[in-house]
Amino acid sequence: MQLIKEVKFLIGKELLLEWRSKYALNGVVLYVVSTIFVCFLSFVSLSGVTWNALFWIIMLFASINAVSKSFLQESKGRQLYIYTIASPLALIISKTIYNVLLMLLLTLIALAFYTLVFDYVPQDMLLYIIATILGSISFSMIFTMVSAIASKAGNGGMLMSILSFPVIIPVITVLIKLSKNAIDGLDRSVSLDEIGILLTINVLVAAFSLLLFPYLWKD
Amino acid sequence: MNISQSWWKILGAVLVIYSTVYGFLSTVPALPILHQSIRNLYFHVPMWFAMIVLFSISVFHSIKFLNNGNEDSDLKAVQSVNAGIVFGILGIVTGAIWARFTWGQAWSFDVKQNFAAIALLLYFAYLILRNAIDEEQKRAKISAIYNIFAFPMMVVLLFVLPRIGDSLHPGNGGNPGFNAYDLDSRMRMVFYPACAGWIMIGYWIYTLLARVAKLEKKKTL
Repeated sequence: MQLIKEVKFLIGKELLLEWRSKYALNGVVLYVVSTIFVCFLSFVSLSGVTWNALFWIIMLFASINAVSKSFLQESKGRQLYIYTIASPLALIISKTIYNVLLMLLLTLIALAFYTLVFDYVPQDMLLYIIATILGSISFSMIFTMVSAIASKAGNGGMLMSILSFPVIIPVITVLIKLSKNAIDGLDRSVSLDEIGILLTINVLVAAFSLLLFPYLWKD
Repeated sequence: MNISQSWWKILGAVLVIYSTVYGFLSTVPALPILHQSIRNLYFHVPMWFAMIVLFSISVFHSIKFLNNGNEDSDLKAVQSVNAGIVFGILGIVTGAIWARFTWGQAWSFDVKQNFAAIALLLYFAYLILRNAIDEEQKRAKISAIYNIFAFPMMVVLLFVLPRIGDSLHPGNGGNPGFNAYDLDSRMRMVFYPACAGWIMIGYWIYTLLARVAKLEKKKTL
C-alpha cells in the first residue's frame, strides 16, 4: 500500500504545482480556444465529416502540447529528487492519472466551445462525449509514456511528435470512426466494436508502460 | 562451409528459386478481377511474413537487452529492424505495382495499405530515435524500450484494425480471394515454400548484417 500512498502524494504534488502557477491548464485552454477560433474564422461553417476530423486534429495537437510537458519540463535535479523518494511505478501511474484528468477537462472545454462556435451538435451527443472521454484517456496514456522516452533521449519537441504520431494514428482512426457513428446517430450497438478496440489499446498501452517505465527511469 | 550449420541457407535459397520459377510457370485458378495477377501472392505476401518474423526477432533481442545489458543484443535488435524494413518496403512496392493493375491505382486508400505504411513509420521513428542519442548504453536502452512499446501497436495496426474496415484485398469485403475454396492445392505447393524460403533468406540477411555491424564495431574500438 506504499504504492498507493506514493501515487496519491505525487498527484497531490502535481495538482499543487499546477494550482500555484496555473500555467499548464490556462495555457493549453487558451491554445485550444484560439485554435478553434482560427478554424472558425477560416471555415465559417462546418458540419459532418469535416467538423469531426477538424476536432480530432485540434485535439491531437493540443494534447501533444499539454502532455509532453509532463516529463520534458522537469529539470534534471527535480527528476533525481523524485527518483530518490518514490518508486518508478508510483511516478508513471501518478503522471498518467494527472494527465488523464488534465486532458478530460481540456477536451470537455474544447468540445463545448467547438459546438458553440460552429453551432453544430452531433445527433448522438452522449456517444460523442463518450468518444472524447475515451480519446482523451488514450491520448494522455500514450503521450505520457512517449514523452518520458523523448525526455530521456534529451531532444524535446520534434522527437516527441515523430515518436508519438505513428503510435497515435491507429487510435485516432478508430476514434474518428466511433465519433462518425455518433454524428450520424447510428444505433449504439454498432459502435461497440470500436469502443472495445479503444479499451484494448488502452489496456495494452497501460500494461506496457508499467512494464517498461522502471527500465527507462533508472539511469 | 559446414553443411550442418548452413543447411537452412541452402534450403532457403532453393525454396526461393523454386517458388520464383514455379510462381510464373504453374497453373493458377481463373478468378474474376485477379486473373493472372493472382501470382503476386507468391511474391507479395511472403514479404510481410518475413518482415513480421524479423521485427519479432528484434523485440526478442530488445527484451534480452533490457535483462542483461549486453551490447550484442542491441546490435542484433537494430540489424533485424533494418532487414525487416527492407522487406516491408518490398511488400509495399509489390503491393502497389499489383494494385496499379488490379485496382487501377497504385495507392487506392485501402485500409491494409495505409496501416502497413504507418507500421513502417513506427520503425523509421525507431531508427531516428537511435540517431538522436549519442551515448551508446543510453541509446541502446531507450530504443529497446521504444521498440517493445511499438511492437503491440504494430500488431494492432496489421492484424486488428484491418478487420474493422472493408479492405479491397482479395478475400476481404466479398472480393474473390485465396481462401479455402480458391487457394487450391497447386497454389499451396508454391505459396508455403515461398513463405518459408523468404523467411529463411530474411533471417540470413539479418545474420549477415549483424555480423558486419559487429566487425565494424570491433574495428573502431
